[in-house]
Amino acid sequence: MGLVHEIDFGTPVSKSEKQVTLTVDGFTVTVPEGTSVMRASMEAGIEVPKLCATDMVDAFGSCRLCLVEIEGRAGTPASCTTPVTPGMVVHTQTSRLKDIRKGVMELYISDHPLDCLTCAANGDCELQDMAGAVGLRDVRYGYDGDNHVFAKRNGGENFNWMAKDESNPYFTYDPAKCIVCSRCVRACEEVQGTFALTIEGRGFGSRVSAGMQEAFIDSECVSCGACVQACPTATLQEKSVIQIGQPEHSVVTTCAYCGVGCSFKAEMRGEELVRMVPWKDGKANRGHSCVKGRFAYGYATHRERILNPMIREKITDPWREVSWEEAISHTVKEFRRIQYQYGRGAIGGITSSRCTNEETYLVQKIIRQGFRNNNVDTCARVCHSPTGYGLGQTYGTSAGTQDFDSVEHTDVALIIGANPAAAHPVFASRLKKRLRAGAKLIVIDPRRTEMVKSPHIEAAHHLALKPGTNVAVVTAMAHVIVTEGLFNEAFIRERCDWSEFQDYIEFVADPRHAPEEVEKISGVPAETIRGAARLYATGGNAAIYYGLGVTEHSQGSTTVIGIANLAMMTGNIGRRGVGVNPLRGQNNVQGSCDMGSFPHELPGYRHISGDAVRDIYDSLWGVKLDEEPGLRIPNMLDAAVDGTFKGIYIQGEDILQSDPDTSHVSAGLAAMECVVVQDLFLNETANYAHVFLPGSTFLEKDGTFTNAERRINRVRKVMTPKNGYADWEVTQMLAQEMGLNWNYQHPSEIMDEIAKTTPSFAFVSYDRLEKLGSVQWPCNEKAPEGTPIMHIGGFVRGKGKFIRTEYVATDEKTGPRFPLLLTTGRILSQYNVGAQTRRTENVAWHPEDLLEIHPHDAENRGLRDGDWVRLQSRAGQTTLRAQITDRVSPGVVYTTFHHPDTQANVITTDFSDWATNCPEYKVTAVQVAPSNGPTDWQKDYNDQARQSRRITGRMEAAE
Amino acid sequence: MSHDDENRMSTKQKLVYMANQIATFFDSKPHDERVEGIAEHINKFWDPRMRRQFLEMLAAGGAGMKPTVIEAGAKIRPPKQDAA
Ligand code: SF4
Ligand code: SF4
Ligand code: SF4
Ligand code: FES
Repeated sequence: MGLVHEIDFGTPVSKSEKQVTLTVDGFTVTVPEGTSVMRASMEAGIEVPKLCATDMVDAFGSCRLCLVEIEGRAGTPASCTTPVTPGMVVHTQTSRLKDIRKGVMELYISDHPLDCLTCAANGDCELQDMAGAVGLRDVRYGYDGDNHVFAKRNGGENFNWMAKDESNPYFTYDPAKCIVCSRCVRACEEVQGTFALTIEGRGFGSRVSAGMQEAFIDSECVSCGACVQACPTATLQEKSVIQIGQPEHSVVTTCAYCGVGCSFKAEMRGEELVRMVPWKDGKANRGHSCVKGRFAYGYATHRERILNPMIREKITDPWREVSWEEAISHTVKEFRRIQYQYGRGAIGGITSSRCTNEETYLVQKIIRQGFRNNNVDTCARVCHSPTGYGLGQTYGTSAGTQDFDSVEHTDVALIIGANPAAAHPVFASRLKKRLRAGAKLIVIDPRRTEMVKSPHIEAAHHLALKPGTNVAVVTAMAHVIVTEGLFNEAFIRERCDWSEFQDYIEFVADPRHAPEEVEKISGVPAETIRGAARLYATGGNAAIYYGLGVTEHSQGSTTVIGIANLAMMTGNIGRRGVGVNPLRGQNNVQGSCDMGSFPHELPGYRHISGDAVRDIYDSLWGVKLDEEPGLRIPNMLDAAVDGTFKGIYIQGEDILQSDPDTSHVSAGLAAMECVVVQDLFLNETANYAHVFLPGSTFLEKDGTFTNAERRINRVRKVMTPKNGYADWEVTQMLAQEMGLNWNYQHPSEIMDEIAKTTPSFAFVSYDRLEKLGSVQWPCNEKAPEGTPIMHIGGFVRGKGKFIRTEYVATDEKTGPRFPLLLTTGRILSQYNVGAQTRRTENVAWHPEDLLEIHPHDAENRGLRDGDWVRLQSRAGQTTLRAQITDRVSPGVVYTTFHHPDTQANVITTDFSDWATNCPEYKVTAVQVAPSNGPTDWQKDYNDQARQSRRITGRMEAAE
Repeated sequence: MSHDDENRMSTKQKLVYMANQIATFFDSKPHDERVEGIAEHINKFWDPRMRRQFLEMLAAGGAGMKPTVIEAGAKIRPPKQDAA
């Protein structure tokens, strides 16, 4: 197998169309204009020695090791900083160059510890490699002079020496080994965009420093690891490599955290994962990653993972470990009993946005074919279902229009209700890079997020609207565009229905949508709305990126429609640099929607009532599918409370923690007779489960994830499932026990069935993915290599459809009892409900959920920073600590929902999007008051949780 | 559990609430499209037991329902007997 080797070309690729031909050591090579001599040499297969250059960052030209001679030019220019010219004749190895290089290396080595044999980078150190490459055989200078290597010098302190910084949980910084090549500094600036590192001092005294000579953990560093990857020595080194040693083989796979879908090389030693390294050829991430994907995989081997199936009669009983056979047959017996007793529609299931496409497909299949109903839903319900509805109605597909590369051509980025720096970090880095190159930014968000202002980034406009007024603000922008004549008539006439646009004009031009009116509801100054609208309409290629702050509202679907309208009326659809892009939360939200996880839709978004579509499955599966739409998650819970829904199969999803109105969810779960949870851990939902089927991690299975760009990426197995089976195999065992004729030997066969039955996936196969690396659907006869950008030349639905977007205030209103508006979000180091990230060292950055409150509101309530506060809504109350900040406006409070102890969803209510029932997480009227500590509810909840996690024969509960 | 039960809707109240929400969206459309839109939306997305409960409430006078919702009621597909 071996390691997947990637060539380091030394400097980034040039995108120029113009080609230049030159000669390197007698070989002729043709490269794009702007390419460095170093890169051109590498293209010709000749590796020029180098230390300070690497192709993830721009050349800096400081180490002087990469010198070459060029005919007709005096001196020895650095090949990394010298661009090619036509007809250039380059020599990379002459006696003069050899001498210079040896001299350079000698200097480096004379200030470097010679503990290579015990160094963690041994075998993966460019300094070693270069010493070998230049033929360094002895070092004339001793180690007694000025150096950074030893703590003591001549019996006294060596003030040049600095101790190791081990504060970051994932990597160490050992200044004694630093060659001050500044690759780390450039990686942090250019790739990650955080600017956490600097080179302090000058000459011999210069050092890499995190922030103002802080420890890494206390600095601005977000632990993305780009600097560690860039470092040619062991100075910045993964702790896992220090512990385990160098990997011996690697496998390309896909991150299982967020919707960016970064590609990684999982570097292994046997079945032990040594480290994750972002893959340069990954088309979503282009060799970058965030802290979660690169480092936070420890949950996979966490001691709390449940590895044996368990059952219990009542949820108050302790768990009993059983064999797989017993667990499977018990589950099927129970489901059949319930259906016999209460009717065919009394059971259902939930697919997971964390599992693979193949696994999701099988869960909806077992429900439709085995349960014989359509009671299937997915956690995408609670995040992006309005995207499916809104974009489906207006454009004809339920997905984002662009690939991530498109951002490199964007002139104006409009971010609505999303904080990519926290939730989609690698996309944020790519966007920031574009912004630093001059693109403009507009942010619509109640909170002043990192995107609004961070090093070298500042939004041109920040529309800090009152939570719940998205539709009003987006419609006001449309008003400005229409009334000021900034719309793109030619585009609209060609691609959209002109009469529908006329209707929309009539609606939107009404003075009630004018910024001056909307200012009164939204709190955003009219001039800011006008400025944003003008910039969006006239600033060049304009792209919209939006997140859960758009969808998780009573009018979530309406806002998505409003966004789609904006892009259509300005002609910002159907080419590079523009588009409408939902930033999907979890890794496979897109895929789980695509795979028919919704109760009214078969795979590929085809409504269940269509006879022709059902026929495809009827004949393949040998059953008659139910033609009626099934229950959505909130409807399932309602039906459970009403007594008509009694059993549920939940794969990889923690609805008790992730869904709104926790007490209603728990009431629904408690009313069921057979709750089956398939997961890695005893999650919160499992407190109410009767059967627990252990799940497997993404490292333990083959499959595919589909990211926010519709990109189907391979997930590859690198270790044996600790629980015995991949999740798809567990579903298959259930199906077989139900008497269904399933016999998949490998997930590729499931994908073949998906391709056979779903037109937009017709050409997708593991073979093709192997060949192309990844592919964006639609991938079929018309687009055999996939579709990076949609709606080129026309909309999927035919004519783009303008739909009126009337603002309706949510019924969730503030009043004397609940005067503040709560909105919720995420932070970088934690992921969703945190079941995985809380079981990694990422807790170093986010030990608890905090309530952000404006100083003014805090003062009114006599609160100080760090005080315990009670947060109360009409649905319930919880306590947490306050953080006083003006990131939020007066009247608005904000928290995350990563920790079960806080249970922010105890507070959220049962209001939801009108079209899709996507819950209204982003607006809840609340009151905040000082408190002494956890509420009774929290204590009761914790008691119940502890009780319900007991396992017979085990001393301790599992958490 | 410390939550206000009086502030929580029953399933039936929720159905009325949801239908009215749907109607509100279609309010900005011409009358016929409005009624059509509401009915189509409910037919497409509501499972049979939700529609049955809804139609029962409608038959009982449709208390709390917006006029357009009541009008749309005639176009809402009654669930077949055998469905759950
Ligand atoms: S880990 Fe990332 S953010 Fe931190 S210093 Fe390195 S590159 Fe910068
Ligand atoms: S820490 Fe590594 S990458 Fe940074 S300057 Fe030192 S040797 Fe170079
Ligand atoms: S969490 Fe998202 S951004 Fe981070 S590595 Fe994984 S896919 Fe990439
Ligand atoms: S690699 Fe060119 S100067 Fe260092």
